[in-house]
Amino acid sequence: MSGNSTYEPKNGLSRWLDARLPIMRLAHDTMSTFPTPRNLNVWYTFGGILTFCLGVQIVTGIVLAMHYTPTAAAAFDSVENIRREVNYGWLLNFIHSNGASMFFLAVYLHMFRGLYYGSSKAPREVLWILGVIIYVVMVATAFLGYVLPWGQMSFWAATVITNLFTSLDQIIPHLGGAHDPGLGTTITQWLWGGFAVGDPTLNRFFSLHYLLPFVIAGLVVLHIWALHVPGNNNPLGIDVKGPQDTVPFHPYYTVKDGFYLCLFVILFAFLVFFAPDFVGNPDNYTTANPLVTPPHIVPEWYLLPFYAMLRSIPQKLVGVLVLFGAIATLLFVPWLDTSRVRSMRFRPMMKQFFWIFVADCILLGYLGSQEPQAVWHLGGVDMPLLWPARIGTLYYFAFFWVIMPVIGLIETPRPRPDSIAASVLGNAQAAE
Amino acid sequence: MRIALPLAVVFALVVPALADDAANTTDPLPPKEVAFPFQGPFGTYDREQLQRGFQVYKEVCSACHSLNRIAYHDLDGIGFDAAQIKALAAAAKIPAEPNDKGETYDSDGQRLTRPGIPADTLPAPFANEKAARANNNGALPPDLSVIVKAREGGAAYVYSILSGFGQKPPPGFHVLANKYYNPYFAGRNISMPPPLTEGAVTYSDGTTASVDQEAKDVVTFLSWASEPKMEERKRMGFEVILFLLALAGLLYLSYRRVWRDMH
Ligand code: HEC
Ligand code: HEM
Repeated sequence: MSGNSTYEPKNGLSRWLDARLPIMRLAHDTMSTFPTPRNLNVWYTFGGILTFCLGVQIVTGIVLAMHYTPTAAAAFDSVENIRREVNYGWLLNFIHSNGASMFFLAVYLHMFRGLYYGSSKAPREVLWILGVIIYVVMVATAFLGYVLPWGQMSFWAATVITNLFTSLDQIIPHLGGAHDPGLGTTITQWLWGGFAVGDPTLNRFFSLHYLLPFVIAGLVVLHIWALHVPGNNNPLGIDVKGPQDTVPFHPYYTVKDGFYLCLFVILFAFLVFFAPDFVGNPDNYTTANPLVTPPHIVPEWYLLPFYAMLRSIPQKLVGVLVLFGAIATLLFVPWLDTSRVRSMRFRPMMKQFFWIFVADCILLGYLGSQEPQAVWHLGGVDMPLLWPARIGTLYYFAFFWVIMPVIGLIETPRPRPDSIAASVLGNAQAAE
Repeated sequence: MRIALPLAVVFALVVPALADDAANTTDPLPPKEVAFPFQGPFGTYDREQLQRGFQVYKEVCSACHSLNRIAYHDLDGIGFDAAQIKALAAAAKIPAEPNDKGETYDSDGQRLTRPGIPADTLPAPFANEKAARANNNGALPPDLSVIVKAREGGAAYVYSILSGFGQKPPPGFHVLANKYYNPYFAGRNISMPPPLTEGAVTYSDGTTASVDQEAKDVVTFLSWASEPKMEERKRMGFEVILFLLALAGLLYLSYRRVWRDMH
């Protein structure tokens, strides 16, 4: 989409089209000849994998929607009907529900990759920010979708999450007169379309769940556009210096992406065919019942770290701000990272804090899955899990707002190779 | 962090530790360790066992539990042929549709019924939730169509419940009125009377109807009911994964070949 085009129309028709709508040129320049650093590793295949995941969710979702009924009375039955009566409905259902998990698995690896190789830094800030926006919309889409089967966990997740907004009552307790509800309650009831999660809520959630994947698709186009202006970063984090540093995207990366995509799909297929309920919650096989609160309400695994943060804070409004702050923080990463070196391969101190950060996210995920009053027995001492959750939350924020800027200034980076080509061909490959 | 750690220790000391024995008498036991032949990637159902399980459901559980998502014609999945299905359906009393006068009850207030056809779902024992509760001391026997998927522990859990009656409650445990002690159930007080007894059914294939056997059979049947497409799913899974492995092999070879001179 930028730089020099090498497309040459081969016949009259393509010359004719090229003079009117150079779409073949666009495809050729972005997907075939695009100069790509020759040292991209497996972690660079996840962008392509994510595009595949989005396509799978959209295609299976459209067919599921043909058989789904978005009403409180019929939603659960219609989903069970898809599994039992619709031709290959069980397959569509399991691909779509496990597809969400695979999508998030891929996006987290993609994001950690970006952090590790400093891909958010100049000149790729807009690319990164578009990524963060995509992630936010993905979370919204997944949450809305989880409500649709109208099982117990669907209903109660919707109730818990929409109720977060009521914390805004602490800011404006009464909108209008003294007897009017506060800001938060007003917003929450507006989201519900009533006074509790119910039929109108389900209906609008369905509508939005259908809409947002297409919003993501549009954002992905911008994301890839913003990638193709500066070009890919790479595991060394150094700039491409000339043609000797790159290879054309096709066939070099089409075949590499294809191979790793296939491995990814094998894992995906294993979940779908042999453990389709592994990531699910058994409570969601019981129809939503507003009168029975499940003893243990948990979100899907990919939101557990944020759930742990939310619960670690006793004050609801602060908890909600921390929750949103944790995601909003990502928007500032390009400027919080003060190092002049991109890749953590050459940043001995930052690398360690990075891996602690990865461990911290996993720990928070685990803590989010535990019952709120759970306790660790450490020797003779009982430690409520609240405390590791608080420390984990603190580290999450400290990593971005303190460690990242400070280490960037004080750390002495290791020497970097002169060029990508020198690194690849001169046997000077880093061991990672 | 400097403040948090000592604080954590202080907090942990102040919070009274959960008294383990007090918790133990009401917390449910983990389900029994039991493996079913239909589990695991290669597991399939034994048709005879499925039919025995159906017999247990029909003769015992269906007095209280519905199985709303199973129609008679679905029973071809457990090995019944068309004639058997037709006969089973015809023997059932299905609540009738309104007759020519628009009535669904006869002059004595009895619900009108008709013989079933294969497309009918198995009839529910009670007309509605209120009737079900009224007949079960206020408790609701859940529909069993997806019960195996709807409980943590799945088949092992349902098996543990069914075979977990008749144990002596620990000293001091209070069995509530109209409830039964079952250590695998949350709270250990369950409203379901022990449904299975030695010889509760007579198996036509000569299998001895012990409580354990009946429980295993009905759990097998209910597992099938919760996902009748399971065997198809696994079969297709093998085909898909074999195909993908072969494809991955080819892609790997192409990958090596394309990149051969590049590093
Ligand atoms: C006399 C009526 C009755 C019969 C017969 C009966 N049940 Fe139940 N069952 C109940 C009631 C009532 C409950 C609700 C228990 C409660 O909530 O405490 C129940 C609950 C259950 C549960 C759910 C336990 C849970 O985790 O919530 C299962 C599983 C179950 N029954 C299986 C069976 C099976 C299988 C049979 C046949 C072998 C059977 N029942 C026969 C009345 C019955
Ligand atoms: C639907 C979700 C997404 C899709 C389809 C997608 C797609 C892609 C593709 C195809 C690439 C190029 C190949 C690669 O480097 O893997 C890419 C690169 C990149 N993406 Fe994404 N992406 C998604 C989400 C995200 C998110 C959530 C973030 C970060 C918050 C992000 C940040 C980046 C960055 C920084 C790069 C450049 C990496 C580099 O060159 O080193 N992306 N993305």
